[in-house]
Amino acid sequence: MSDAVISLRDVSKLYRRYAYQRRFSTLKSALLKGSLASDLRPHEVIRAVDSVSLAVPGGACVGLIGRNGSGKSTLLKLVTGITRPTSGTVDVRGRVAALIELGAGFHPEISGRENIFVNGVMLGRGRREIAKQFDEIVEFAELEDFIDAPVKTYSTGMYMRLGFSVAVHVDPDVLVVDEVLAVGDEAFGQKCRDKFSEFKRRGRTILLATHGLSMVERFCDEAIWIDAGRVRAEGDPRRVVHAYTTDVARREEEDIAMKDRRALAAVADLAAVPAAGGGAPRRADGGAPGDGAPPGAAAASADGAASGNGTAPNDEAAAGDGRAPKDEAAAGDGAAPGGGAIGEAAPGGEAPPGEESSPGAGAAGDGADPGGDGEAPVPQNMFQATEGRWGAGPVRIERVTIERGGNAAHVFQTGDRLAVRLGFHTPEPVRDFVFGIGIFSADGTCCYGTNTDVEGFEPVELSGSGEVVFAIDSLDLVEGTYKLDVAAHTRRGVQYDYHRLLYTFRVKSHTKDAGIYRPRHQWTFSPNARFGPPPEPLGGGS
Amino acid sequence: MRANLARLLRHRGLVQALVVRDLKARYRGSVLGFFWSFANPLLLLLVYTFVFSVVLDGFRPVDIEPYALFLFCGLLPWTWFSSGLTEAGNSLVVNGNLIKKVLFPAEVLPVVAVVANMVHFLLALPILVAALILLAPAAPRLSELAWFPVVVAVQLLLTLGLGLFLAALTVHFRDIKDLLANVLTLWFFATPIIYPMSAVAGRGPDIAGLGPLGKILMDLNPFAHLAISYQEILFYDGPFGHWKWLLVLAAGGAVLFAAGFAFFDRLRDSFAEEV
Repeated sequence: MSDAVISLRDVSKLYRRYAYQRRFSTLKSALLKGSLASDLRPHEVIRAVDSVSLAVPGGACVGLIGRNGSGKSTLLKLVTGITRPTSGTVDVRGRVAALIELGAGFHPEISGRENIFVNGVMLGRGRREIAKQFDEIVEFAELEDFIDAPVKTYSTGMYMRLGFSVAVHVDPDVLVVDEVLAVGDEAFGQKCRDKFSEFKRRGRTILLATHGLSMVERFCDEAIWIDAGRVRAEGDPRRVVHAYTTDVARREEEDIAMKDRRALAAVADLAAVPAAGGGAPRRADGGAPGDGAPPGAAAASADGAASGNGTAPNDEAAAGDGRAPKDEAAAGDGAAPGGGAIGEAAPGGEAPPGEESSPGAGAAGDGADPGGDGEAPVPQNMFQATEGRWGAGPVRIERVTIERGGNAAHVFQTGDRLAVRLGFHTPEPVRDFVFGIGIFSADGTCCYGTNTDVEGFEPVELSGSGEVVFAIDSLDLVEGTYKLDVAAHTRRGVQYDYHRLLYTFRVKSHTKDAGIYRPRHQWTFSPNARFGPPPEPLGGGS
Repeated sequence: MRANLARLLRHRGLVQALVVRDLKARYRGSVLGFFWSFANPLLLLLVYTFVFSVVLDGFRPVDIEPYALFLFCGLLPWTWFSSGLTEAGNSLVVNGNLIKKVLFPAEVLPVVAVVANMVHFLLALPILVAALILLAPAAPRLSELAWFPVVVAVQLLLTLGLGLFLAALTVHFRDIKDLLANVLTLWFFATPIIYPMSAVAGRGPDIAGLGPLGKILMDLNPFAHLAISYQEILFYDGPFGHWKWLLVLAAGGAVLFAAGFAFFDRLRDSFAEEV
């Protein structure tokens, strides 16, 4: 393109990584060993930018997107001329201002006023030009009251704002920006965006590297996706962003799947332990009081024994007893589907197994210890427990998959259909069984918990291997990472197999709404409350 | 060389701004502020006077009077030279973020370090002049003083050349910093600053029995010629007889500067990666 303001032709940038010893090599040793030449030879070469060709026409705003370490910043440094390409040519017309690190040239000891001048000169302006714009710069940075204080007394935000302000007032022909829009508060952010818009209006060229994809979609004329130093896609921002987010989601899937596998493998080792001492909860069931706490996660079951010892009159107490642990777990009891299990168990007069019933419900059981002596705060432990797996069998949950449309998935959009498929196996037929599911947010809040018992499924018989599918038609959760508890247990809450926070899924949403749950909703307005046309869903380019 | 000089001249505004910034920053936060630029050499002069006229009365060379003033004539330029080199050597490393994050002419940094120290030297001159008028047996002649700017210019050229070398090298070998500190100490004592040249040239007490070899070594020591020039112009009575050496040194300084700049230019592309 002949009218290109920024043009890169087949540009590559190699970074050399030196042998480990090189870091400790000294001039002296280099001279002594005569190895100066070989020490300066790289050990390994990294292609930060790999044969990239670009042409950015004047007046365009181009967004660079890509993962961390994909080469965006290197590309920006090549465009600004901070580094030179190993091969290829970089051609930029006009004055370039680089917003790569804000306030890079500030001297902490001297005042903001003096720094504005020095920084302006560094960016290629004359003192007189700066003096003319001085008030504007200070006003834009919102630093009128502090401009004569040494810069070292500034907060990070003040520092950044001043740096930004000086840089944009240089009035460059080409503005190169590296992820600096997160400067200051919302109002300042808006001012920065306005400033960029003004640049655009005046026909300046902007090259912007950012992770703010919506910014790219809204603001840029063109997007370039850099991956491993190469251009993966370029063109229409929506299309490129969509391709990129799809790829990110795929990588996220892989990443979550890998982490889940690792977590599961870790507890698989643990699970062997309670299986060996598997008698513990059962003995508890039989009333054997607090025999030595089984190791690991199985401790929870031991507590079941303790409270079982406390016996009978704990039915009502179960519900709201103040002794419940004060964390979320306590709150959990209202919502706790397992509460039902306990309620049933208690009147039975039998040792209530208490603690763990269905996922998300365990806390309720804790209240079931009015005797006050069952001090072991096991349910609390249980809820503080991160990943874990315990239970005495014989029913085992052997496979858990989170699915969308029949395929294993870990990343969902709000409103997607989600299914949890449990593969169980029991060596002997069981007549008392409940399957439960709990969904927890990343901070441990129980978002939802239920089980087959509270939903009224009467167990008849469970035998051999089979599957249980828990399907959600519309996953109405806000954006975030969620973890699953799944369990198989008796109606009284004795665990066959409990998987604590071992399965992860992530919910994505273009709407940055808050909370946990997104109720299906609509807005309606009377005609005098006027809005623009309703936003179309983003990122749905293809 | 021409192109390099032109580029440096184009950046003179930047050099000026940064030198002023350095000077301002140096005394920021101190009560006396800029006054320290005068107070420091004055106090130094007082200390030396005290030491050599009271404490070490018998140790100073007998034929030099007042000794403290003689010492001062060599010491002030040496301070400029050694601090200038030390700071220039570190300048790229210290200002790494400028080189890595901003499009910045790297050669400006060592130049600023040397020039800022020159300004300090120049600010100390009034104290030296006042002391000379008060204490020296004979005030320097104007014809001699005309050489003074030349000596300063030669020293500037020499220091810049070395500074550019050191700055570029320090980026790759941080050892330069420590090495340089020790080399400078040795260099200081190998230069006729605390003793007169006559001590080496055989015209006075022989130093370390070096005899003629000492003379040869002295002749090869560029700063010896600068020190002698300063001393002849400012301290000693009589005409400035060292000018031939000074002109040779000027030529050498120009070559060194050109070579230093070329070397710096050669390594320039590596700075942003290695700093």
